[in-house]
Amino acid sequence: MKLGLVIDLDTCVGCHACAVACKQWNTSGTTGPLTDTDPYGAEPSGVWFNRIRHYEVDDYPNSKTVNVPMSCMHCEDAACVTVCPTGASYKREEDGIVLVDQSKCMGCNLCAWACPYGARELDTESGVMKKCTLCIDRIYDEALAPEDRQPACVLTCPTHARFFGDLDDPDSEVSTLVRERGGQSMMPELGYAPLNKYLPPRQKPPVPTVERRTIEGGAAGLVASWMQRQKKAFESLGAGRRGLSDEAAGEGGTGRAGATSVAAEGRSDAAGARVGAGTAGGTAGGTTGGGPGGVSS
Amino acid sequence: MKPAFSVIFFTVTAGAGYGLLILLAFARIGGLAPRISPDQVAATGLLGLVLVTAGLLSSTLHLANPKNAWRSFVRFRTSWLSREAVFAVLFYPLSLLWLGVEWLHGHGVASVTLGLATAALAVVVLVCTAMIYASLKTIRQWNTPLTPVNMVLLALLLGSLVFLLVLASQGLPTGRLATVALVVLSVAALVKVVYFHAIGQPVGPTINTALGFTRATVRLLDVGHASDTFHTREFGFEMARARLIWIRIASVALAFVLPLALVAGLFGTPGVAHLVLAAVLGYVGVLLERWLFFAEARHVVNLYHGSQRT
Repeated sequence: MKLGLVIDLDTCVGCHACAVACKQWNTSGTTGPLTDTDPYGAEPSGVWFNRIRHYEVDDYPNSKTVNVPMSCMHCEDAACVTVCPTGASYKREEDGIVLVDQSKCMGCNLCAWACPYGARELDTESGVMKKCTLCIDRIYDEALAPEDRQPACVLTCPTHARFFGDLDDPDSEVSTLVRERGGQSMMPELGYAPLNKYLPPRQKPPVPTVERRTIEGGAAGLVASWMQRQKKAFESLGAGRRGLSDEAAGEGGTGRAGATSVAAEGRSDAAGARVGAGTAGGTAGGTTGGGPGGVSS
Repeated sequence: MKPAFSVIFFTVTAGAGYGLLILLAFARIGGLAPRISPDQVAATGLLGLVLVTAGLLSSTLHLANPKNAWRSFVRFRTSWLSREAVFAVLFYPLSLLWLGVEWLHGHGVASVTLGLATAALAVVVLVCTAMIYASLKTIRQWNTPLTPVNMVLLALLLGSLVFLLVLASQGLPTGRLATVALVVLSVAALVKVVYFHAIGQPVGPTINTALGFTRATVRLLDVGHASDTFHTREFGFEMARARLIWIRIASVALAFVLPLALVAGLFGTPGVAHLVLAAVLGYVGVLLERWLFFAEARHVVNLYHGSQRT
């Protein structure tokens, strides 16, 4: 068994709820406390097992915000365990969870130096290294209902962007997701074989944008420009409908005419691209809405 | 990486001690100091052990939970830090036995054998210390074979400067050892310059491979924490490039160029005063070099904090 997390970067909204749930559970759990220094002051700092960072991928107009939660990857070849001189860090044979035995740790920081993912944080108060336990005190707790035997971060995620399971079982939900969505490892070139996988954002056409134009000729010019926009919008109706696949056009009907639409999930990329192309040049409406069926989440 | 003074002092000072003991083992058979007496060997050896001990004690200062330091012997099979601890402790009985035999029985087969074994073990300890850093794939500036080579050479460098000073202060001839010191200084300087060149080549992970977005530019929008974290304090050390270059120049001048000039006799026939100066300058220079070793090292966690590459 190789227990790990699969995180969907397409649906993660970067709300930090997973980090908060993690902190809450673990600070009062077997590895707690997750000491904070200056918690209500100007420079709050403390131990977190899970941190979320926010990135911009690619350049305008194709840029996309990607929220990346990171915790211990429970590497198959965990360097933190290899370098640990005291035997405090270990990887469990039965489920692959990497843990720190706090009664053995001498706080030399070498495991944190060896970890490329920033998964380990020294608790300066107790002088020992702390890290994600995959909520080992939840997932095997038979007093909990079976659906609750999951890490706190997974249970709390409001967009269901986090999945927990056995990555060794090819038919598990997590393995299936990794296979179907092209799940990736972070920094695989270091060779530590991280178990946690990240599902890349789905391919979507760029959201059309309307450029601001200066209008000449005062009120008359404004009216002329408005008329021109309406004309273009009217013309683009037909173009837009031709751009859609038969099925989508039938579904969308004339009621949606003119609205710029993001390709709905499930529609083929080609059709989606045509929708994008058909409306990008048009000026009709700045609204972006879901296509028929809406954007899946 | 944050330059932690306890570790800098440890590696430099203990290195000087090990270097001194290595050269001391070759004092007679290598002809470095053919007329050194057994008493002088024992006293010089003890000086080396004092340096080693001061360093090792300092190394425990960077432990957050030193009461568990005794556990660091158990992961000998995988951890370089554990190996260092084991060999550093084994070094004491072996070196004391050698110095004791030398002191009690004088120069003989037993003392030569024990001396050579001590020298070999000293090299092993130095290599283990260096491998703690060199084995970390997360820090490309350390993850190079130049790291152990450099650390062993700098230990020999300081050891030779201290040994020269000891011999001169005892009125013993320093001819052969001075030649060895000049060779060590030159080779160590060369390796250091090669190292500076080698770490100037950008290789390894980038922000793209760190996040898995390898077909587009990636920029940090928000790092997600409001103030310093363990990672920013430990790995986020930053200093202006220009200032680092000046420190490089200072460390090369102090550790290599000035001791080389002093020992080679550019400022007059090297007497005790010259050699005191050479040892002090060399020590300060190697401290600066070790500080730079940390200051110039860039951990890959910085990629997640927005660095494009390390």
